[in-house]
Amino acid sequence: MEATEQRSESTATIDSQSDAEAASTACLGGDKALVEALRSGCEASFAVLIDRHQASMLRVAEFYVADRAAAEDVVQETWMAVIRGIDRFDGRSSIKTWMFRILTNRAKTMGQRAARVVPVSAILGGAAAEDCAVDPARFFDARHPQWPGHWCNPPTAWALGPDDQVATNEAIEVVLLAITGLPAMQRTVITLRDVECWTSREVCIALALTETNQRVLLHRARSRVRRRLEQHEDEAADRLEA
Amino acid sequence: MIAEDLACQELVELVTDYLEGALAPCRRARFEQHLAACPFCVTYVEQIRQIITTASAVAPQRLSPAAQQRLLRAFRGWHSLEPPPPHESG
Repeated sequence: MEATEQRSESTATIDSQSDAEAASTACLGGDKALVEALRSGCEASFAVLIDRHQASMLRVAEFYVADRAAAEDVVQETWMAVIRGIDRFDGRSSIKTWMFRILTNRAKTMGQRAARVVPVSAILGGAAAEDCAVDPARFFDARHPQWPGHWCNPPTAWALGPDDQVATNEAIEVVLLAITGLPAMQRTVITLRDVECWTSREVCIALALTETNQRVLLHRARSRVRRRLEQHEDEAADRLEA
Repeated sequence: MIAEDLACQELVELVTDYLEGALAPCRRARFEQHLAACPFCVTYVEQIRQIITTASAVAPQRLSPAAQQRLLRAFRGWHSLEPPPPHESG
């Protein structure tokens, strides 16, 4: 806090010592310090905000608009609105929530202008085979006398590494590739939830999804990524045996 | 298996609702009863948890230094402008 107040008079440059201090204070001090620093024109604090949120902002904007260029425009407009409106931010919500509300409003407006808003029902409707979490062939038939709907080809535990709590680089790589290959809405939801660790509420607000639809998209995404990693692990096990 | 037991095929479709705390108490109880008796489904749920752990270890995307510099240059201009008319206050 002190660092940010001290430097309110001078011109911000990212290299200056006091700016770096302000930014680190802002980082550690949470929203309040960050907002103070932004109000004083601290460029390094803006850099902190960009670093934290730019990628997610583009991701959310792309959820609504036609293409990457339009999404970049929305994000640029949002940053401008954030900086010019920062004096009116009253701290009732987190700065992240506030920024993404601005972004979502703008992206929606632009998405409607470009007639690109796809009804969620169009994406959720119809249970295609690939929307099953697991290939139906891996379960006994519903008419099986003893085990209807139970595993006939069950999953085997993965040997992801010495400590399953720590993901290996190889598994991270496979998961990232699998996420990249998901349908757009699933990709956006799983990235915000599981890569960037947003809460379900934050995702629902930013993407204008109901809790249920958010869960359906997350479920399909996680299921598909699991299938992809399972395939990878099976192949690795086969190689070991060969 | 008793008649109202959850089948494995049903359980795998409820995993996300379960992990999100969105199952009604009675369904949650059936889910957990099934897990207590089915090591295969325990493995399955564990794998979904591993997906979540692994995804959280993916490095977040970073803006290129050039793009960041462009935004920071714009920042200098925006900050000196008059604030826009009041709307979108937080």
